[in-house]
Amino acid sequence: MSATAAERAGRNGHDPSARLSIPGAATASAAGGLAARAIRGLAGQIASRIPPADLDERDPDFIRERLPQLWLLASLWFRGEVRGLGNIPDEGPVLLVGNHSGGNMTPDTTVFTLAFNSYFGVERAFYQLAHNLVLSMPGLSMLRKFGTVAASPENAEKALSAGAALLVYPGGDYEVHRPSWHRNRVDFDGRKGFIRLALAQDVPIVPVVSIGGQETALFLSRGEGLARALRLDKLFRLKVLPISLALPWGLNFGDMLGHVPLPAKVTVEALAPIHLREEFGPDPDVAEVYEHILRLMQDTLEALAAERRFPVLG
Amino acid sequence: MRVAEHIDIGAPCETVWAVIADPARYLEFMSGVTRWEVVSDAPNGLGARYRMLLLVGAAEIGGLIEVVEWSEPGDMAWTSVTGVDQRGRWRLRARPDGRTRVELRLAYGVAGSGLFGWIAEHIAARPVSDHLRRSLRQLKRLVEHEQLRAQAAARRETRAA
Repeated sequence: MSATAAERAGRNGHDPSARLSIPGAATASAAGGLAARAIRGLAGQIASRIPPADLDERDPDFIRERLPQLWLLASLWFRGEVRGLGNIPDEGPVLLVGNHSGGNMTPDTTVFTLAFNSYFGVERAFYQLAHNLVLSMPGLSMLRKFGTVAASPENAEKALSAGAALLVYPGGDYEVHRPSWHRNRVDFDGRKGFIRLALAQDVPIVPVVSIGGQETALFLSRGEGLARALRLDKLFRLKVLPISLALPWGLNFGDMLGHVPLPAKVTVEALAPIHLREEFGPDPDVAEVYEHILRLMQDTLEALAAERRFPVLG
Repeated sequence: MRVAEHIDIGAPCETVWAVIADPARYLEFMSGVTRWEVVSDAPNGLGARYRMLLLVGAAEIGGLIEVVEWSEPGDMAWTSVTGVDQRGRWRLRARPDGRTRVELRLAYGVAGSGLFGWIAEHIAARPVSDHLRRSLRQLKRLVEHEQLRAQAAARRETRAA
């Protein structure tokens, strides 16, 4: 018997009620109630598609066999360049914290996943947290074999407790859809959960800064007002409904079907590991650590931006 | 995919062998190699293991390799234990003029990677060949330069005596 949406969401470490309820729906008009039920039904469908987070679904053989494919994409299309992998501790759990770019196509993840798996070998456990919607997209189930699990504190704790390297993008959907003219800005929207996670698990943080992803399309707006009006934040944990000019759609709303990214040069740099208690004392101030990491990543992003002569070409 | 390059070095086999048998020197002359680290008890010889990485395109590719043939001062072959499949070989042969013909071979690929693997192997062949060619040129420069310095030092000692 298949699990209900609520059970699956619960296994994923989410509160199903938070996603499936619509505040004020009971008092809505008849027409509004119908619309709310339709949206709630859609939310339920999506929730039911979200695979349960199981670290065992990562498949090293599958990853190894896909490395040539990733290499072709990263080398020929994105002319990827990854620096500083030697900064990542050779073994043990580590929290890799990246800035995120490129809409739903996220070329920085492609380039970094290839680089990490080539450098450390597919035998080293490496997980990535992704938005629920990404994991529920048809055709993207193979991401689970790459080690992608639904973004939640519980999944993050499981991965780090298992001694794995974990890649998180605190900015998530908010950062990835920022307008192209903010491409050289690290924007986590004040999300500090990754620091509390690193402190709780007592693992080092390695900032991973990337550039180029936001040049793969012309991102015009996050569409936050639109997302709020459609209650996407309550239903799908989506704070944005992005608007961009992208191939092959032209004007692209939502980027739900993805797009063909322009062949922008993507450069990624892993910085030196930050051992929070060694650098900030036994009881670090989360806000202070956040400011430090953000400044470090912003400075690196600006240095990488200064190396670029032209958009897309790099 | 299999690529091979060769070069003639103006030094005896034993002198060339002394350099290629020393893992600490690989970062000096191997083009594109970003890591060549001993992970076995013995630094060289049959069964020695290294963790090596070669920058090709967007990634540093390699893994754990093990020396499976050690025939001093002629042949050294290795094969991969983890990482992409690879088999490499140093082949040193004495020339009648006292020089050494040095050949470096590398066969690589990812079993089970299908059509994309085949395409990637062929596209990677050129940068890999370039790395091998540059490595041999750098090895030649290194060996011949060190030999000149050794000969000069010997002459100084003779004069001093």
